[in-house]
Amino acid sequence: MSVLVYINSNSGLHKSALETVSYGKKLGGNLTVITSGSADDSKLATLGKYGANKVLVDRSIQGDDDQQLTQLIAAAADSVGATTIMFSHDLTAKAVAPRLSVRLKAGLISGAIDLPAADGTVKVNVFSGKAFGSVKVNSSVQIISLLPNSFQPQENGSDCAVESFSANAPASLIKVLSTKKPEGEIPLPEAELVVSAGRGMKGPENWGMVEDLASALGAATACSRPVADIGWRPHHEHVGQTGVAIRPNLYIAIGISGAIQHLAGVNGSKVIVAINTDAEAPFFKAADYGVLGDAFEVLPRLTEAVKKFKASGH
Amino acid sequence: MKILVCISKSPDTTSKIAFVDQNTKFDENGVQYIINPYDEWYALVRALEIKETLGGDVTVITVGPVADDAIIRKALAIGADDAVRIDADPTDAYYTAVQIAEYAKTNNFDLVLTGKETINYNGSQVAGMIAESLNFPFVSLATKLDVNGSTLTLEREIVGGLQVVEVSLPAVVSCAKGMAEQRIPNMRGIMAARTKSLQVVAPVSVDLLTTYVNYTMPNAKSTCKMIDPTNMDELVALLHNEAKVI
Repeated sequence: MSVLVYINSNSGLHKSALETVSYGKKLGGNLTVITSGSADDSKLATLGKYGANKVLVDRSIQGDDDQQLTQLIAAAADSVGATTIMFSHDLTAKAVAPRLSVRLKAGLISGAIDLPAADGTVKVNVFSGKAFGSVKVNSSVQIISLLPNSFQPQENGSDCAVESFSANAPASLIKVLSTKKPEGEIPLPEAELVVSAGRGMKGPENWGMVEDLASALGAATACSRPVADIGWRPHHEHVGQTGVAIRPNLYIAIGISGAIQHLAGVNGSKVIVAINTDAEAPFFKAADYGVLGDAFEVLPRLTEAVKKFKASGH
Repeated sequence: MKILVCISKSPDTTSKIAFVDQNTKFDENGVQYIINPYDEWYALVRALEIKETLGGDVTVITVGPVADDAIIRKALAIGADDAVRIDADPTDAYYTAVQIAEYAKTNNFDLVLTGKETINYNGSQVAGMIAESLNFPFVSLATKLDVNGSTLTLEREIVGGLQVVEVSLPAVVSCAKGMAEQRIPNMRGIMAARTKSLQVVAPVSVDLLTTYVNYTMPNAKSTCKMIDPTNMDELVALLHNEAKVI
């Protein structure tokens, strides 16, 4: 048994990378990490604490091209004799894992939410989070991408060796013209706490209140589809079926009715709080805690209560 | 410009999700099937817009049984020129992708479009698998697509941001929100769809790489605990002590 974990280390080691390495460790056997780009060796070595025996890095490729990454991971899998190849189920995995599956004729399980069961099947979300499927791989090599926030990183080892690796990847066929990344924000799918608001906020000028609560909690902000569509908030904050699907520990929905398409993107959340003026809002049926009231009164109170809680040493 | 748009059927978003045969099969009883929304709203409509400005042909393809002719006719009514149905159950993503790639190989398409994922299996797998089978570059989750001669300019989502990229044709692109707006077929389109060509193709033999062994439903949420809107300290205390999330 040999496990190969691909991580994207271009913007530091995300929690999702630590989750994936920790998950790979639980599968047993030797664990190798493969990455590309220019992250510091000393940083990559810390993956040893989460279970990596060795990190391989190809500094000649940047990680924007799925054909190069496919070649890189296939070459690394061959060199370590990998029987399981792991990704975090992010946008890179969505581009690369399917290619790799065809290249290696290895079954792909996308968006695992738990460790394999005793019979080897792995649980994934299906029907946009309304049900779970247990999937079995029929090939000798399996590829698993792990849904962010489904498995806690587990730290107990020490730093590991970092070695350079060359995949002799082909020249990139994808030319990057520009990249726009908001600095310092937690990527929404990785956030543990999310404060989200909808049309009930009445206008973009009222978002300060939402941001105040998010910053008191240390949470990321999100929004519903109509709010992104009319341009009150940037599109990358839109959660729901057509936007981002997330599964934070806490999802606070403010002034969002809870249409089925919105719920499909958030129903994996561990705890949901709904704040709404409409007692009939469908969100109250999906929520664990509900507050029937005006967001403009409830939000400042909640922010104060959170600040008081934090000030008391939590 | 020859464009192949891959469509899949999916249950209407309001369908009741249930399983039969000891939870090994999706219960199709009373389920209304639609074209997977990402395939229809974004991939198909953008293909038609490109055809309208640059000329060319838009072919839709699906892997499925004869019952899927209904969604194919709808795609033709929206404006696709012709259609292909690979006559087989789309058992897993690999099986489906190989069928489509085999057809595409002999028909010289410039561009292959899919939706970003289906709303039933959410795997986001088929497009990348087609790209690898054809050895084409692949741009996933594109939110904008423009054609300039033999080059595509695309905007795509990346981890934590957006990227603008350029890629030469032929290529495979999976389409996300932002690419185009939904179109409702008109009467003329619906009438015309009846006489457009729908070719039925026998599948090639493919080994399944994955099997869905069974399905389970999430535990029903216990009832929502209502909190007094003037007592947010109570909510914070519950989130800390009971839910243990802060």
